[in-house]
Order: sequence, then C-alpha cells, then structure tokens
Amino acid sequence: MRAIITVVGRDMVGILAKVAGECAKVNANVIEVNQSVLQDMFAMIMLIDISALSCKLGDFGETMDAVGSEMGLKIHVMHEDLFNSMHRV
Amino acid sequence: MLNTKDILETITMIQEENLDIRTITMGISLLDCADSDIHASCRKIYEKITRCAKNLVSVGCEIEREYGIPIINKRISVTPISLLCGVSGGDPVEYAKVLDKASKAVGVNFIGGFSALVQKGFAAGDRELIESIPEALAVTDQVCSSVNIGSTKAGINMDAVAMMGRAVKKAAELTADRDCIGAAKLVVFCNAVEDNPFMAGAFHGVGEPDCVIHVGVSGPGVVRAALAKAGDIPLNEVADLIKRTAFKITRMGQLVGAEASRRLGVPFGIVDLSLAPTPAIGDSVAHILEEIGLEQCGAPGTTAALAMLNDAVKKGGVMASSTVGGLSGAFIPVTEDAGMIDAARAGTLSIEKLEAMTAVCSVGLDMIVIPGDTSAETIAAIIADEAAIGMVNQKTTAARLIPAIGKKLGEELSFGGLLGSGPVMKVGSMSPARMIGRGGHIPAPMHSLKN
Repeated sequence: MRAIITVVGRDMVGILAKVAGECAKVNANVIEVNQSVLQDMFAMIMLIDISALSCKLGDFGETMDAVGSEMGLKIHVMHEDLFNSMHRV
Repeated sequence: MLNTKDILETITMIQEENLDIRTITMGISLLDCADSDIHASCRKIYEKITRCAKNLVSVGCEIEREYGIPIINKRISVTPISLLCGVSGGDPVEYAKVLDKASKAVGVNFIGGFSALVQKGFAAGDRELIESIPEALAVTDQVCSSVNIGSTKAGINMDAVAMMGRAVKKAAELTADRDCIGAAKLVVFCNAVEDNPFMAGAFHGVGEPDCVIHVGVSGPGVVRAALAKAGDIPLNEVADLIKRTAFKITRMGQLVGAEASRRLGVPFGIVDLSLAPTPAIGDSVAHILEEIGLEQCGAPGTTAALAMLNDAVKKGGVMASSTVGGLSGAFIPVTEDAGMIDAARAGTLSIEKLEAMTAVCSVGLDMIVIPGDTSAETIAAIIADEAAIGMVNQKTTAARLIPAIGKKLGEELSFGGLLGSGPVMKVGSMSPARMIGRGGHIPAPMHSLKN
C-alpha cells in the first residue's frame, strides 16, 4: 500500500528534511520524491510505502497537516488508490 | 510514479473546486420489523437501524481521513413506512419519532423513508401516512418524507396529488416559526427510484437487499473550472470535456463506495451520477450553465445547455462505475445553488423556466419557495404538471415546494446549511381548483404499453 504526500508553499530551509523525518517516525518508507521550486514557491510530491506504517494513515495525515500549518505550508497525505482510480482506466 | 499533473489536478479539485462525496447512504430494509403491535414494530426498527448503521459514521470519517476526500453526509434510507403502517395500524407519527431517535443515535444527519407509493391507488396505511406527514415532519428533525403519486406505467393518482397539495401547505404551516422547514423535507415524486441516496427523496425500495450502501457524488465546481480553463471551444468539445470530468468524479465515488461497503461488510449498491450543488460559492450547477455561455441561468438557451450537461455527465459517469443508479443527472435545487438563487432574485429564473429545465435533467422543481398564500389546489396542480412531465418522458420528476407562510414576493426564507436560502418566486394566479377537485386518475400514456 502506498500514499502520496504533497507539499506546497514558500520555499525555506529544511522542508524535505522535516517531511522525511516525520515519515521515518511512523515507519513510512520514502520511495520517490519529485520536487520543484518556481521563483520562491516550493512544490513537492512524495510517494511513500505505508505497508508497515506504525499508526493509522488518517492519524499520520493529521500530524502532517499540523506540521504544514506550523511551517506555513499546505501538506496533504492521501492514499494512492484515489489517484489511480481517477486517472487510470 | 503517477503523473505530477494528475496529482495536482486531484488536489486542486478537492481543495479549491469543492469536489466531494456528497453522501454515503445506507439502505436498510425494515420489512422484517413489521408487527401487528406498533410499539413492538417501533422497538424492532430502533434495534435494526442502530445495529446495521452502528459503524456507518465512523467508517465514513475513517475513509475521509485516509483518502483525503471529504464525505459531506452520512445518511440512512429505509423501507417506505406506509408498508409497516399497513400491518400495525396506529399513529404513523410514532414511526417518525423512532426513525428520528435511531438516526440521532447513530449520528447520521438525515433519514429518509417516511414514504408511501400510491401511483395507482391507496393500500392499507397509505392514507394514514400521508395525512400524518405534516405533523411527523414538524415533531422530528432528521426525518425526510416522500410520496410517489405517479409513474409512466400507472399514470397519475390525482386524489393523491390533491392530498399532497394540502400536505405540503400544512407541513409549511406547522413549521412556520422555523422558516417552513417541514416542506423542505417533503418530496412528491413521479417515477420514484428505489435506490436513491439523496435526500429528501431517499427510501429503500422493496426490491432492494436487506442492507446496502449507495454513494452520491458531487462536483459542479470541478466541471465549471474545467470549462473555464478550456476557453471558447465548440459545444461538442464542451460535452466531451464534461464527460471526461464526470468520469474522474465518478471513479472517486466508486472507490469510496466499494471501500465503505468492504469495511462495513454490506453489499455495494450504486453510484448516483449526480451533479449536486451546494450554496457554497463555486459549487453551483447554474454557474456551469453560465460558463457554457449564458449571461445568467434562466436565459434563453438554458434548457439546451442543461440537456447537454445532463447527458454528458451520464455518459462520462457510466463507464466509471460498476453499477449506476439512483437519480443520476444534474440537480437544480433553487435554494441550494448560489447561481440559481441569484437568478431567481434577479427575476431571470421563473418557475415556468424551471419546469422546462426539469424535462431534460434529473428530478424536478426542487427547493422552490412560493408565496405563503398559494392555495393547496395550486400547489397540487404544480405537482401534477411536474408529474406529467415525468410520466410522459419516462423519467423521474419531483416537486419540493416550500410555501413561505406569512411571506410575499420578494421576501426570502433561509434554512441554513446545505438547504440554503432563496426568494419567494411568482406563481401563476389563475385557479386550477375545479380540475384538482375532480380527483380520479390520469391514465398511463400509450407508450407505457411496451410489452
């Protein structure tokens, strides 16, 4: 099972480190990272493996939402199935 | 990995364009709760609803958090209560009270099925139930009622239409101190469907399984945004774009429905391919029509644009779901749609134009506020007109009219929440009383004989 984390907001030092750190805390393995910085806007999409997640995905989503608010970023954690069903026939 | 563009598109749809699952509705059969003693019957109903729907809200919230997709409503539909009334006799309001209590106990926000199906005539329990509707809606908060008074196969039961004219008016009168909310929870149908997940018209048909999960999707904002980005393309391309968008929206509904069904251990029923607006800005069906190129909803061209929209939504959605059902089409509830409210206030949208629109889209004259002094006969006649459109066109039509007691043209009612608010609209002043007074039955049309 996999999930997708999206991070959007103003670029600053330590975004990737912070998000990856939170993933490690709940035993989520980062599979792929795709990030871009356009002027000072930061956008990152991270694919993580949640098969061995140590908490519920919903709880992790709430933690990340709070982390995002602290850093002034928008962070969403969503199950990969949603994207697969919407964009693949 | 998934395409970045696709991922961002989904996030934008949910965060900015109000994409959501409008409702997960659990249909529960109450046939095995029927008892000749009304108190025993009510006790069994409470026990069955609280047992079947115990985890409905928590599972809904769990899916919402994991998939990051808002699920706005969790609801319940039950077997038409007139069937239980027929067995038990007694005061049908008792049933409404127990439904209200059970729905509050499991935490859903509406329960539908205080209903009767009388398209061909009245059976035991039907008249009693219809007569009790105004009181039942006044003394409960979450119970919704619907009555099917006609069908393509059976014609229109005009005695029932006359009764419903009086019931709508009385439901508004008994709740006049609460913006006539009673009438907003009452729908009169022609060709009612048995697996509708949307309120106020949801009930659990007798042909349905014991317990089942239906899903209603939404997303007018997503369709409007897609059209806005596309610019001035020909209408066939507009239709194609709507189809593609509807496909994505429906796939999401299918995923959530299948997941809810798995987690609750209840069979998956249908996805209702509807565009359901809310009063929120950017969640309006009227704004889609305006994006197609009308200065305001209600302008000449509205019916054509709506016909195309409705058809494209179905074509896109049908491939995205394993089982499609319910009402499936674009809804045009006036008080629940920001663009419709504006058009009604401006006088661009009239009841007559809305009537034409109902011939080409899902359902009918929905959430329309009419003057409080409109007679019961006039309300019945509007219901009959709407039912005739459904009967002849072999589609579901409905009327949910709210007489604004003590208010006149230009004044407004405000229900709050998803039910919204809206201005009192003009109703024709000539009387249909003699026709309604005749009673009887309008025979089924020629094309009902298909066998």
